[in-house]
Amino acid sequence: MSPILQGIITIALGVGGCIAYFYASNLVLDKVIFPPRGADPGRNINRANMVRPWLFLFPAIAALGLYLAYPVVGSFWRSLFNRNGTEFIGLGNYQKLAADDTFRQAVFNNFLWVLVVPALATFFGLMAAQLTDRIKWGNIAKSLIFMPMAISFVGASLIWKFVYANNPQIGLINAIRDAFHLQPLDPLQIPFWNNFFLMVILIWIQTGFAMVILSAALRGIPEETVEAAVLDGANPFQLFFKIKVPQIMPTIVVVWTTITILVLKVFDIVYATTGGNFGTQILPSYMMSYMFRDDGRATAVAFVIMIIVLPVMIWNIIQARKEMR
Amino acid sequence: MADLKLENIAKSYGEVSVLKDINLDIKAGELIVFVGPSGCGKSTLLRMIAGLEKISGGTLEIDGVRMNEVPPANRGIAMVFQSYALYPHMTVRDNMAFALKIAKMSKEEIDAAVEKAAKMLQLEPYLDRLPKALSGGQRQRVAIGRAIVRDPKVYLFDEPLSNLDAALRVATRIEIAQLKEAMPDRTMIYVTHDQVEAMTLASRIVVLANKGIAQVGTPLDLYERPENEFVAQFIGSPSMNLLPGEVVETGEVTTVKLARGGVARSTVPTRPEDMGLKVNIGVRPEDFVPAEGEAIYTGHVDIVEALGEVTLLYFQPEGDAAPVIAKLPGIHHDRRHSQLSLSADPAKVHLFADGRSLLYR
Ligand SMILES: Nc1ncnc2c1ncn2[C@@H]1O[C@H](COP(=O)(O)OP(=O)(O)OP(=O)(O)O)[C@@H](O)[C@H]1O
Ligand SMILES: [Mg+2]
Repeated sequence: MSPILQGIITIALGVGGCIAYFYASNLVLDKVIFPPRGADPGRNINRANMVRPWLFLFPAIAALGLYLAYPVVGSFWRSLFNRNGTEFIGLGNYQKLAADDTFRQAVFNNFLWVLVVPALATFFGLMAAQLTDRIKWGNIAKSLIFMPMAISFVGASLIWKFVYANNPQIGLINAIRDAFHLQPLDPLQIPFWNNFFLMVILIWIQTGFAMVILSAALRGIPEETVEAAVLDGANPFQLFFKIKVPQIMPTIVVVWTTITILVLKVFDIVYATTGGNFGTQILPSYMMSYMFRDDGRATAVAFVIMIIVLPVMIWNIIQARKEMR
Repeated sequence: MADLKLENIAKSYGEVSVLKDINLDIKAGELIVFVGPSGCGKSTLLRMIAGLEKISGGTLEIDGVRMNEVPPANRGIAMVFQSYALYPHMTVRDNMAFALKIAKMSKEEIDAAVEKAAKMLQLEPYLDRLPKALSGGQRQRVAIGRAIVRDPKVYLFDEPLSNLDAALRVATRIEIAQLKEAMPDRTMIYVTHDQVEAMTLASRIVVLANKGIAQVGTPLDLYERPENEFVAQFIGSPSMNLLPGEVVETGEVTTVKLARGGVARSTVPTRPEDMGLKVNIGVRPEDFVPAEGEAIYTGHVDIVEALGEVTLLYFQPEGDAAPVIAKLPGIHHDRRHSQLSLSADPAKVHLFADGRSLLYR
């Protein structure tokens, strides 16, 4: 069968199926379950109308339940079992996590990531948005800053691995050190600080995202409020921090929380650069290191991540809604 | 106290010239109103005085000091925008205090200034609200308050009332008049589209048209002695009727024979060499009276608009000329489809040749 025909049949079946579902379910509701006959037809009609919305909601609820709610419950359930999933061990995986130094290190590192990456990415994005706004080649600068968004995390990590490479012939950092006649070193093996060198990669990627959103927000500020502030004697700094930034605060919060949620999910960067060695482990990459080895423990980590992300997510949605109003 | 002097002020955006040869002397304490058709550059001129727009040519002086390069905040001006331009994230109090905080005034001074302005504008109950929780009229008062607290030498208003409904507009207009009364030595420049605002508020009106100033004068000057046809038609509503004709008698009283028949007499004096001059006579609708005997215009009343206190009568002459409009006191529904002759007091008949009034030769 030709792919076109297949497509058409799929569309026909899909659309037809939807129509058939709504038609048939309403028919059953009106004719069989609550027919407008018998002792009290008015009450039957009212009841049918109360049930009707749920007929329309059902497919969406079912799909969401299957793909969102079930995996959450399923993961939690799985995290209560041992490595092969053969033996129920209660909260054993969580206890093991709590006792594991690497896990605690990962939590601490993740804490650093959440603190630093969204803050710096948003800050640089804001600066880039403001500084590129009024200059002729601003749009070119913007495209360049936005470009890393198009690179996959793994790709970006590889690029930065070159930047950090030990060999002064390859690594930018060591080439600079070499120019000052300093010994080459591996930045990714410097304890504690190597975390920040990895964060740079994500900041590099996310600044473009923050810039684009914040640039649009800055343009949405009514020009008159800025002019009024100029007349009131505000200097460029006061204009920016006292008039412009407060007006786009809701957008800044949304950008910030969106990046925060992302930070709690990104494992690729650590995975592709240090593999979590040299004290750079974070939760997602820690989870990945147990995946397929000890699914019980991996799902337990996943669950911990979800618990951490949840409040940020709720806050994010509240802010986004506020801004939409 | 602030005198303003505009000398050959010009503005162009690249190749496009928007204003040129603007010369204007404004004395301290005057309330100058800029009027003119949309797009004639009223806002642009105001923004150049404020310093928000670069001056392309000429000099602007405030109190004898050249201001062209002085930053807006140091010109001693405050501006009220059409869209209010309140800072949405600040309370009314902070909106008004912002300029003073920037100027690093002490907290006591700031509070005193804000309280005083709030009292003047009846804004005290709203001081701790955000602008979004205010009505349009209240917002406009905050915008005015923000100007007052700075105690500027010159106030600039760009169509401050145009976003308000009719009743509020009248009330706020009176408030602005009282504000001016309370600060007799402050200079105000006010841009508006509204003739009533212009006529009632202005000590002098500046009519802008065709990139320049068409006439400057007191409201009654412009009404009674317009320098040119543009001002004659721009001031007053409905606008002045212009009827073409030819001078047939010169002297202290000029007689014009009109192209559509009819004869007009005007107290505008003419010289013997004006004999046969092609002119337009101008008569305001309210100056027409039903004629007994000699008439300026005779025609068929096509439309009658009774407004209560007055009635507008529209006469559509042959061809596509503008209708002749007469405004008679009282209600005259019965004039519809009747034949009517109109005349006017010679003292109220204007004469224009080549668009310029013969009064100003
Ligand atoms: N940035 C610009 N570039 C080119 N032309 C401009 C620019 N800003 C304004 N103009 C032109 O300058 C002229 C004057 O504009 P301005 O806003 O001063 O008019 P206005 O008299 O205030 O009109 P309105 O009564 O509608 O407010 C307009 O014809 C407008 O097209
Ligand atoms: Mg304007």
